[in-house]
Amino acid sequence: MNIFETLAFYFENQFVWNAVIVGVLIAFCSSLLGVTLVLKRFSFIGDGLSHVAFGAIAIASVLKLTNNMPLVLVVTVLCAVLLLRTGQNTKIKGDAAVAMISVGALAIGYLLMNVFSASSNISGDVCSTLFGSTSILTLTETDVWMSAILALIVLAAFIFFYNKIFAVTFDESFSKTTGTHVELYNLLIAVIIALVIVFAMNLVGSLLISALVIFPALSAMRVFKSFKSVTICSVVISVVCSLSGILISILAGTPVGSTIVAVDIVVFFAFFLAGKIGGRS
Amino acid sequence: MALLKCENLSLGYDGVEIVTGLSFEVNSGDYLCIVGENGSGKSTLMKTVLGLRQPMKGKVEFGDGLKSNEIGYLPQQTPVQRDFPASVWEVVLSGCQGRAGLRPFYKKEEKALAAANIGRMGLDGMEKRCYRELSGGQQQRVLLARALCATGKILLLDEPVSGLDPMVTAEMYDLIKKLNRDGITIIMISHDINAASKYASHILHIGDTLFFGTKAEYLSSGGFSAKGGDVK
Ligand SMILES: Nc1ncnc2c1ncn2[C@@H]1O[C@H](COP(=O)(O)OP(=O)(O)OP(=O)(O)O)[C@@H](O)[C@H]1O
Ligand SMILES: [Mg+2]
Repeated sequence: MNIFETLAFYFENQFVWNAVIVGVLIAFCSSLLGVTLVLKRFSFIGDGLSHVAFGAIAIASVLKLTNNMPLVLVVTVLCAVLLLRTGQNTKIKGDAAVAMISVGALAIGYLLMNVFSASSNISGDVCSTLFGSTSILTLTETDVWMSAILALIVLAAFIFFYNKIFAVTFDESFSKTTGTHVELYNLLIAVIIALVIVFAMNLVGSLLISALVIFPALSAMRVFKSFKSVTICSVVISVVCSLSGILISILAGTPVGSTIVAVDIVVFFAFFLAGKIGGRS
Repeated sequence: MALLKCENLSLGYDGVEIVTGLSFEVNSGDYLCIVGENGSGKSTLMKTVLGLRQPMKGKVEFGDGLKSNEIGYLPQQTPVQRDFPASVWEVVLSGCQGRAGLRPFYKKEEKALAAANIGRMGLDGMEKRCYRELSGGQQQRVLLARALCATGKILLLDEPVSGLDPMVTAEMYDLIKKLNRDGITIIMISHDINAASKYASHILHIGDTLFFGTKAEYLSSGGFSAKGGDVK
């Protein structure tokens, strides 16, 4: 069989379709806020939140919840708000607060899983939570719908607040002087990030989410010059990379998450070179 | 009533006062230069007027129907902006965000205003250029155009010429003076006593000695030699 026949064979299965649809939706959402995240130095928060989500998943599995999504969502959004608050507090520096919460959540999560888990393959469970698992291939129809709804919410919020997000990212002080509620928009950005992270855990696992969010934005920034074109370009890069990553991983039997990130890295270097050759750095 | 009135202001950080007993007022059409040594609290005063910080004592009042979100502000540049991918058009248009309020998109008039201000700053044809690839002087003009989108009444400029060469500095000052002649009130922080004496109508000196008055009063009080010794 050649590659196309193999793919056609796989695509006769509903679960492959589900995986591809959800994968594309996740890639789409996670790249929307990439530019903002990179420029606002929020990437740390993104990283910290993914660890928090890991801790929440551990708690959910200890409590033997069948659907861990709601709990993880609530905990992560709450932590996003908390991190933003402490970030503005001068007593504990923002970075230190993020490190505290993220490492703490990671440790407690692993501890809980180790002590309470009934599973015989704990390190396997932990590994798949951290690096993404084959769970992307066992998605139910409900998961697909949930992803679609979440994607719609994120997209709607992004479009509706696009101009404000730009203004607040570009120059917070100026935005404040024009009467824009900067704190509110920062909060909105943090909540969207939290949503995206929980959502993307399924695809690449908690350790690799930042890559999914940040690489497309960094690649696009090498070549494009306006906020709009960078945003559109990073969405396209992200979707294309994730799609090819998923297909490659199906064909080659590699782990989904790391394959996608690997493709993202290759594309980043391509854009890096393109930017250099185009005379811009 | 004055456009802006500050009464018995105390400014400071973390309970430590830097400036106390500061009172001054700015009338429509004035050109106020704020001078003083490094670290004397000029930027802090500007942030307080803008409502970015609360004063420790005293109050800032607006008159003549000026709303607190109708102030144009030209900040000192933040490091984030250096690698920000944004076109000139996007940056200038973001000056209209106060007018747009919660409306998600900009109206035709707002876009027209942005276009007009780009022209006013002599940036025609540069709308699509990337902000971070412009020269320092061009960047300042872009930010000035953005500030003009936020206001038709009053501009607050925090060291608008720092880092610019003498030629571009002179152009910038002329541009600001022209805006002032068009009826826009200017409050400018400057280290450049010569410019202050040439363009300003009023001087506010912050430091060990406080002074507020017209340029002539400042001159006759020996300000430019005695208090103005802090140039550069
Ligand atoms: N966020 C802050 N927290 C604590 N102290 C601050 C803060 N910002 C400024 N200061 C202090 O307040 C004083 C006044 O600062 P400010 O920036 O207003 O000075 P400036 O007059 O604008 O100086 P320059 O001419 O160098 O711009 C300085 O001594 C500075 O160290
Ligand atoms: Mg200053």
